[in-house]
Amino acid sequence: MSRRLDVLSGVHFVQGDIACAEGAIAAGCRFFAGYPITPSSEIAQHMAVRLPQVGGIYLQMEDEIASIAAVIGASWAGLKAMTATSGPGFSLMQENIGYAYMTETPCVIVDVMRGGPSTGQPTKPGQQDVMQAKWGSHGDYEVIALSPASVQEMFDLTIEAFNLSETYRCPVILLADEVIGHLREKLIIPEPDEIEVVERRRPEDVEDYKPFQPGENLVPPMARLGEGFRLYITGLTHDEAGRPRASSPEAQERLVRRLCDKIRLNRDRIVRFEEHHLEDAEIVVIAYGLPYRSALPAVEEARRRGIRAGLYRPITLWPQAEERLREIGERAHRVIVLEMNYGQMLREYQRWIDPDRIVFSPSFGEAIPTPEEVLALIKRCMR
Amino acid sequence: MTHPLDRYLRPGMIPHIWCPGCGNGIILNAFLRAVDELGLDQDKIVVVSGIGCMGRVSGYVNMDGLHTTHGRAIPVAIGIKTARPELKVVVISGDGDLFAIGGNHFLHAARRNIDLLVICANNFNYGMTGGQMGPTTPSKAYTTTTPYGNIEHPLNLVYLAASLGAVYIARWCVTHPLQLKESIKRGLTKRGFSFIEVVTPCVTEYGRRNRMGEPREFMRRLREICVIRRGVDPSEAVIEADRIICGEFRDVEKPEFTQLLWDMIREISEKASRGEIEVAL
Repeated sequence: MSRRLDVLSGVHFVQGDIACAEGAIAAGCRFFAGYPITPSSEIAQHMAVRLPQVGGIYLQMEDEIASIAAVIGASWAGLKAMTATSGPGFSLMQENIGYAYMTETPCVIVDVMRGGPSTGQPTKPGQQDVMQAKWGSHGDYEVIALSPASVQEMFDLTIEAFNLSETYRCPVILLADEVIGHLREKLIIPEPDEIEVVERRRPEDVEDYKPFQPGENLVPPMARLGEGFRLYITGLTHDEAGRPRASSPEAQERLVRRLCDKIRLNRDRIVRFEEHHLEDAEIVVIAYGLPYRSALPAVEEARRRGIRAGLYRPITLWPQAEERLREIGERAHRVIVLEMNYGQMLREYQRWIDPDRIVFSPSFGEAIPTPEEVLALIKRCMR
Repeated sequence: MTHPLDRYLRPGMIPHIWCPGCGNGIILNAFLRAVDELGLDQDKIVVVSGIGCMGRVSGYVNMDGLHTTHGRAIPVAIGIKTARPELKVVVISGDGDLFAIGGNHFLHAARRNIDLLVICANNFNYGMTGGQMGPTTPSKAYTTTTPYGNIEHPLNLVYLAASLGAVYIARWCVTHPLQLKESIKRGLTKRGFSFIEVVTPCVTEYGRRNRMGEPREFMRRLREICVIRRGVDPSEAVIEADRIICGEFRDVEKPEFTQLLWDMIREISEKASRGEIEVAL
């Protein structure tokens, strides 16, 4: 059997950004459009090298607005498509991200988060875009966003992002950060037949096809351009056939409810999280992305010292397992929330967990807590 | 009652939203006749538009149509065209959409010489939002946001396209429907970045505030000032309140972007599969 050029199976030692690009290619991504920005540029550079090797398209656009626009066009043309950026570029993309949710265009947007607001700290990590990922574009919509915490997960969760995107016919956002993007560690790329790849559902025939008529799980099958479907795709409120319904409250309600409900009602299928020692935990640490890497050894050390500590790590930041978090909050004496921001996901946890039990530990720039510092925080909460 | 172009109009979308006396229908008509006369497969054409009155055109054609966000028709079209070079991708939109909010994309698409036909309906103002000043509003003209007369200098779209290296450039008025149709045919068959500007009356907004009179009078006035000239250099293609030079200004050959892109992809992917270049991490 000849070697597959799109799945470089084996053990590697690479940067997170490179793992992300390889994950995309393994997932079937054959179109990338982007604009240089620290700390995500390595993804674009690697795509520029690798996509032509596997028959895919790399485009460098004039800005991030054009990048996401080209991704949307390529997705309707039938390709799995992706862009990668960081905070300032993510801000520029927001209007077209809303268009992609409205027109149910699958695509993957990688935001390797750096410090903000504005130009902020381009070479330092942050988790300051997690609320923007949910609320960044105007209007009501529900998003799917994933949070990798290792180089391996930059690969695995990028594949997952494509699979969710194709399943639910919507953009999926990968919220990495500068450290995970630039970190070098072991990456194991499995054999191709060990990688699950989801393809979008296509309509069976042209007759009677309506591009926005919900099918399984409220998700419509997606036709591609140039095959006689005579699609009309508009960001205006539209009916199932795609015709504008810019004044009808009924059409607005039907569409907006479905765009949100296809995520809300499928939440149990979408949500991913990880738990450590939660069975009897009195002190629970909630952490995602980079701070999770300090939290895990701290909790393990606390356990060795006889402290009933546990760790909850959301992998999907949007949506999250609300009921599970309520249960955890009811049983724990204290819940420590670690974030590389001044309190964003914290607000979600405050809705599900008694705010008086929450201890918030923000970090700024590179100053993330060490495992020893997290352990000290756990010990303080014991008093 | 049937119209000879009925099969090119999307069922359920007519009547259109354009005002009586608007020239957009003439542009749509010329486009559909050009497609018909060339015998193009309407299932292999994608019409991409932005926001505004002309932006609605992608809904009226009985072809694949994308009504994108404001100003972003061109980059969406680039995504489609590069992914599927066999499709004919046409951008039809207004002057504000293509040259104010979307100006940067026009600039770079023309520079790349990607095989797109861009048709710009230039009505000298933002019609849909209530007649505000735009990048092509003539100096001194009155709009809802230039109540004391426009103090800005308008863009000359033909001269701009020429400076960017577009391979086919023409300007017409809706008073030249036959020339416009022939020019669209040329643009549709040309390989490379083709640009056609079409001067069109906005009776409701621009015309009313600038005393252009009722639709017939506005049209008669345009017919007087829009003169066709041959062999004019794009730098001399003036567009002023009392004189608009129309015609074809450029028709040249140049390597095309999707061709170069796919030549490279084919070469690299073949070399990679033959093991002639190292594929590794």
